Amino acid sequence: MKHLNTQPNFGTPGLRHRQAYTPGDDFYDLLIQGHAGLSDDDSERMNARLVLLLANHIGDLRVLREAIAAARPDAAPEEPTP
Amino acid sequence: MLQTYTWPRYTARRAPEIDAADVRRLPLVVVGAGPVGLCAAIDAAQRGQSVLLLDEDHTVSIGSRGLCYAQRTLEIFDRLGVGDAVVARGVTWNVGRTFHGEREVFSFNLLPEAGHRRPGMVNLQQYHLEQMLVERAQALPLIDLRWQNRVQALRPDDSGASLDIETPEGRYSVRADWVIVADGARSPIRRQLGLDMEGRVFQDRFLIADVLLSEPPFDAGRTERRFWFDPPFHPQQSALLHREADNVWRMDFQLGWDADPEAEKLPERVAPRIRAALDSQGFAHIDFELEWLSVYTFQCRRMARFRHRRLLFAGDAAHQVSPFGARGANSGVQDVDNLVWKLDLVLRGLAPEALLDSYDAERGAAADENLLNSTRSTDFMTPKSRASQRMRDAVLTLAAEHPFARSLVNSGRLSVPTTLQASPLNTPDADAFEGWMLPGAPADDAPLRSGRWLLELLPTDFTLLLFFDPSNAADFFAHAQPVIDALARDALPVCACLVPCEGVPALRYDARPGTAYLLRPDQHVAARWRRLDLAGVRAAVARASAHTAGLPA
Repeated sequence: MKHLNTQPNFGTPGLRHRQAYTPGDDFYDLLIQGHAGLSDDDSERMNARLVLLLANHIGDLRVLREAIAAARPDAAPEEPTP
Repeated sequence: MLQTYTWPRYTARRAPEIDAADVRRLPLVVVGAGPVGLCAAIDAAQRGQSVLLLDEDHTVSIGSRGLCYAQRTLEIFDRLGVGDAVVARGVTWNVGRTFHGEREVFSFNLLPEAGHRRPGMVNLQQYHLEQMLVERAQALPLIDLRWQNRVQALRPDDSGASLDIETPEGRYSVRADWVIVADGARSPIRRQLGLDMEGRVFQDRFLIADVLLSEPPFDAGRTERRFWFDPPFHPQQSALLHREADNVWRMDFQLGWDADPEAEKLPERVAPRIRAALDSQGFAHIDFELEWLSVYTFQCRRMARFRHRRLLFAGDAAHQVSPFGARGANSGVQDVDNLVWKLDLVLRGLAPEALLDSYDAERGAAADENLLNSTRSTDFMTPKSRASQRMRDAVLTLAAEHPFARSLVNSGRLSVPTTLQASPLNTPDADAFEGWMLPGAPADDAPLRSGRWLLELLPTDFTLLLFFDPSNAADFFAHAQPVIDALARDALPVCACLVPCEGVPALRYDARPGTAYLLRPDQHVAARWRRLDLAGVRAAVARASAHTAGLPA
């Protein structure tokens, strides 16, 4: 992966956390709570809209190309780098 | 009786009050001799308070229950005199492996950070811990521990409470100035008073089994915790294998809400589950015996307030979390660590009653943090909708390859002590510091050049940690000695603890020569300065003891 960052990267600028897992858990909670009360169909719609919003924010097609490839359920595991 | 443990049977002596005409007045009654009540009583007695400790039963916990004791709790056990026994009897582990289906998603190694006396986590069945605490309590003459003494009625008022107590030999009543209520998740006292719990009930059931294995599954010296999402031997659910003392292993199986709790407890139903789990892990050669079984549900909820006039609720009576993260017993012990020094100061007339409101503020914030983390773990482990399930599975499938996804896998965020950052007892920093020893943080342990540990040397009063340059000690003492002497003579005295400003302690406390930390009796940081100043220390002590108008002369 040359452009896509797959290291832990959640956080809020200026905020530090005693436990490294906290900002990731904050994000996951936001995401799950964001779906609260939606039907399965509406959740799928929301996920599609969310992908589009985040993709536009990222913008860099090199990143998006790698992310799309990595997200496919049949994505081949990455070759180990020598 | 278990193969590995015989429960003690404690005897109730005839309470002298049954035959007395007068109602005795006591400074402190603790209700419930579980780990939390026992720790409260021991701490109070070590501080010189007389305690009546009541328990309705006549033995220790049935079943292993609270299993994992975290570093901060072990440090508290050290102060209460049971740390060595707990660590010697318990199992220290550090490798955790997490699986999804047949695939290992990742493993972690809780390798203890060097420079701590105690490991990150020790596993020990609750009955062993309770027995150690009971023996410690029985060695303290100020504790009057009464078994099979059940509080039948409690009437609180502004100056304390009246308790009616039922025993096998008859009834009696006492007056208490203060009551610590540590009577467990079902808290009869909380119910009798109609005090509500707020939070979430999770619609799920879990089978928990203590299993004695015929031989250890792992090589000597290696102890693994294994956690499975959707394993082949228990599809669609989660499962856990975790070690206890005496080669007993805890196995935990998520069952789902529709499971029949009575049927699932039948040994003929449980044994095949365990056999299948062991076989799938390459342990087909290992035989097992069931020691204890339970099917449980859980709740993540708390009382709105932990102080009700002169009643102080602690542990499961005040708040309950899911078991993921070992935040139940650990937070209960930390509750009373926070509470007892405050109560002691109030009982000795050295602090106003308002100090006890900070128990509610501080431990309420800790309960919120524990509830948040245990609720999130539960949400991850038992997704409530198709969308959550898909998201969870996506995290697990990405986790094998992508580090960011591994950090999202949540099978329990292990108990860590709360930094009481918003506490009214803290004095905000005026000087600049790096690191994590901010006001409200529990003091980190550190090795000293003498070979001793910082925390074991701390007195149990307010303490001023003074970092000095060992190559220039004379100058330091010329400035510090009059301040140290004055603080030692105050009505609320402060002890000084001198630490050479070098190595790990200096690093952990971001100390320079002259740096001073004021620690509370529970070892939390109350204030810190780059330069020692008598008036500043006195103001911080006043604030940390709720003397809003300054210290008494």
